[in-house]
Amino acid sequence: MTLHSPDLGKLIFGRLTLEDIPYHEPILVFTFIGVAIAGIAVLGLVTYYRKWGYLWSEWFTSVDHKKIGIMYIVLALIMLLRGFADALMMRGQQAIAFGAHEGYLPAHHYDQIFTAHGTIMIFFVAMPFITGLINFVMPLQIGSRDVAFPFLNNFSFWMTVSGAVLVMASLFIGVFARTGWLAYPPLSELPTSPDSGVDYWIWGLQIAGVGTTLSGINMIATIVKMRAPGMTMMKMPIFTWTALLANVLIVAAFPVLTATLALLTLDRYAGTHFFTSDLGGNYMMYINLIWVWGHPEVYILVLPAFGVYSEVTSTFSRKRLFGYASMVYATVVIAVLSYLVWLHHFFTMGSGASVNSFFGITTMIISIPTGAKIFNWMFTMYRGRIVYDVPMLWVVAFIVTFVIGGMTGVLLAVPPADFELHNSLFLIAHFHNVIIGGVLFGMFAGVNYWFPKAFGFRLDPFWGKVSFWFWVAGFYFAFMPLYWLGLMGVTRRVRHFDDPSLQIWFEIAAFGAVLILIGIVAMIVQFAVSIMRREQLRDTTGDPWHGRTLEWSTSSPPPPYNFAFTPQVHDIDTWWQMKQHNWRRPVQGFLPIHMPKNTGTGVYLAVLSFIFGFAMVWYMWLIAAISFVALLAVAIHHTFNYDRDYYIPADEVGRVEAARAGASA
Amino acid sequence: MKTLRGLLLLALPLALSGCHTVLMSPSGDVALQQRNLIITSFVLMMLIVVPVIVASLVFAWRYRASNEKAHYDPDWDHSTIVELMIWSAPLLIIIALGAITWVSTHKLDPYRPLDRIAAGKVVPAGTKPLEVDVVALDWKWLFIYPEQNIAVVNEMAAPVDRPIRFNLTASTVMNSFFIPALAGQIYAMPGMQTTLQAVINKPGEYWGMSANYSGDGFSYMNFTFHGMSEDDFDKWVAQAKSHGDTLDHATYVALEAPSEKNPVHYYGSVTPGLYQTILNRCVEPGPSCMNMLRMPGPGGSGGEASASSDGHAAMLMAQPQ
Repeated sequence: MTLHSPDLGKLIFGRLTLEDIPYHEPILVFTFIGVAIAGIAVLGLVTYYRKWGYLWSEWFTSVDHKKIGIMYIVLALIMLLRGFADALMMRGQQAIAFGAHEGYLPAHHYDQIFTAHGTIMIFFVAMPFITGLINFVMPLQIGSRDVAFPFLNNFSFWMTVSGAVLVMASLFIGVFARTGWLAYPPLSELPTSPDSGVDYWIWGLQIAGVGTTLSGINMIATIVKMRAPGMTMMKMPIFTWTALLANVLIVAAFPVLTATLALLTLDRYAGTHFFTSDLGGNYMMYINLIWVWGHPEVYILVLPAFGVYSEVTSTFSRKRLFGYASMVYATVVIAVLSYLVWLHHFFTMGSGASVNSFFGITTMIISIPTGAKIFNWMFTMYRGRIVYDVPMLWVVAFIVTFVIGGMTGVLLAVPPADFELHNSLFLIAHFHNVIIGGVLFGMFAGVNYWFPKAFGFRLDPFWGKVSFWFWVAGFYFAFMPLYWLGLMGVTRRVRHFDDPSLQIWFEIAAFGAVLILIGIVAMIVQFAVSIMRREQLRDTTGDPWHGRTLEWSTSSPPPPYNFAFTPQVHDIDTWWQMKQHNWRRPVQGFLPIHMPKNTGTGVYLAVLSFIFGFAMVWYMWLIAAISFVALLAVAIHHTFNYDRDYYIPADEVGRVEAARAGASA
Repeated sequence: MKTLRGLLLLALPLALSGCHTVLMSPSGDVALQQRNLIITSFVLMMLIVVPVIVASLVFAWRYRASNEKAHYDPDWDHSTIVELMIWSAPLLIIIALGAITWVSTHKLDPYRPLDRIAAGKVVPAGTKPLEVDVVALDWKWLFIYPEQNIAVVNEMAAPVDRPIRFNLTASTVMNSFFIPALAGQIYAMPGMQTTLQAVINKPGEYWGMSANYSGDGFSYMNFTFHGMSEDDFDKWVAQAKSHGDTLDHATYVALEAPSEKNPVHYYGSVTPGLYQTILNRCVEPGPSCMNMLRMPGPGGSGGEASASSDGHAAMLMAQPQ
């Protein structure tokens, strides 16, 4: 592009051409048609029922932590469907691609699928899930009216959506990365990955990462500054403790990811040599940096799940949590140690024996506090009266599954053993064992547990149990064969096999994936059935499980201000203790409540970020520049918005509270 | 619960037949020691894993709400003796496992020259290991035998009971060199050299591969590793030599271009120092030449690969012994 021959097309469209639309790939065309039909149906229904205004003013622009939390979880569930579709395709390919049969996925497609599966499941399923649960539950647990920075919360959510949409866009415009979910250089550098794939990956994660980091800061500020009077640190509910430490890890780890991706971006866009193999670049640095983020990330995901298990076990065992202090210290120790183990992801990169043993042993040490936690849940059940509602079923399945996953993890931490097992399907089985059995089971327990708080009616238990059994059985069928295949020397990301004796194991794994599919369908049916039967499942008490923590003291769903009066905390199980003392809901003396106002700025910024990311992916410099300037302008403009709060008048609070008291009487 | 129990029962015969998988019945001494280590660690952890699973299920069943006979103690939330136990039991296991880890990691360090060929058989004094320079290309393996002055694509062989020293590098991206029956894997990386010491104890054909995803042709980046008697190995070398091709810079550049499913190909001779030039990313002289970067002037091709030749040490991350 010079002044003499301004190539307008190139300036606007960058390197995007019609050829980048994959209309010649039937799988993608059908997917697109399916997505388009479903999308038009949803948009049509919303329009038909005239719900756009409602969605915009009550949800999209909402700064209410409860609604944002719910939106995060909706995002996670939608992305779970995408990530799981990828999983099914991989299982299908590996079950049939033997000998002369090449399977139905060419390398070009298969390699995108496993990259997208990992990226989506971690960044756009697991992360929104935990952020959503923390958002919804934590402020209620600490007796707060909202998070510390309500607008920031809304903005963080929409940035996560923006990143997710950018990753999804790669399905129909261009390609996604074909590098594995952590995009190791030199493979992810420009010479070996020249297309738009890695750039989609980079910008999708960078945009979502802004949301994650800001939300981390927000949650820490909320927990540190906004706890109800009397709630000292050692009286915080365990879920809040795990939320605090997960967010401390986010704030400490995500900037490393951001910086690492920024350096990779410079390599790809500006021709620098941070991670190339030439001219002084060192890709081993990238691998270290990415795991300095990546290992704490594992604990960012699993700590809040541990919190859920603690809450659920104690509630459904009708008993105080065993060893509260030891739970807290175990969580802190895990959070600290999670920074000292990253090298165990690449023992095979050629470090010396002392370095490898150091990181192997630190990794094993993490199993001590983790083991202590398992024992604590066990002894919480001991001498309890365990009620097997759906959340508690998930806890029992978790304990058994997670112990197996933890054990194989410690096995992988022995460096010479890892030399044989690294990159094998044994490793794949291990981390699915802890991420599904640890994180996802916890999220499902949490959704079933807190759903009545969010919507005022319980989830249908029958379909919950159907989903539970199919998920758990499916998990074992899908992943136990992978341990086995790992011992047979089979490694990951392989598209085609020669040895026919392996096939039966891949077929069993594919069968397991189908069982999980039924589990997911049952979960969707569970939501649908629950909504239809909501009057039978209605909970008017606000406390359907005989809960122990403050979120159960308010009505379901809670009013926008959560608590008419800020509660006083005297015990770890505050609400339990309040019930023991026959606490009565106040019926008078209400004061006006100061509330933040909704704003659309988060949505605008996220849309602009998407445009900016998309433009960067396709080298559309003009659009990138304009959207970036617009991004700054909108952000600055928002700082001049002084119309950001309002008061709920005392008599309205009184009316709402009277309705709640009436319902629960 | 029943499903889980059923699965555990299913797993038992599997575990027993486990002795037949390649990792559980390897043919090289290093892999065998790694196998033993896996089993030792596994058994050690079973000491705690089995009781935990059993106790969890027992508690979960015994204290179900419908079991009115079970003792109910809603305020029991602390017991110093139990706390002591639940922290010290995993601690003890980890102390044992940690000690095993430290010792075994040093003993099985892939850089460390072997001191035994098999259990009870020390390496005879003065044995020179078989040197093999391995280059991971897109997407095939090149094995250069400096001593024999031959090179092979996608096939390698070694005499039984003779220590092998692999020097590994790659042309463009990271791969992982893995022959499960022989020894654990190690990354092969461009511009870097890693080392693996191993020995094969039984004659046979073994499966080798890249264990680290490296792009489109990755799934076919496999080769056969032959364990052979000394005589058969000599025949194999002679047979390779009889193939007239020479692997020189030009042939290497052509070979280096990405390709998939390459058939086995022998080179009867190899230009001296080729491996060092590949390692230094200097086959086609240019700005990326590492030894040039570091020390201008002659001496770039360091001749016979040796650990101390710092021609390739520019970014050598680990310390060969």
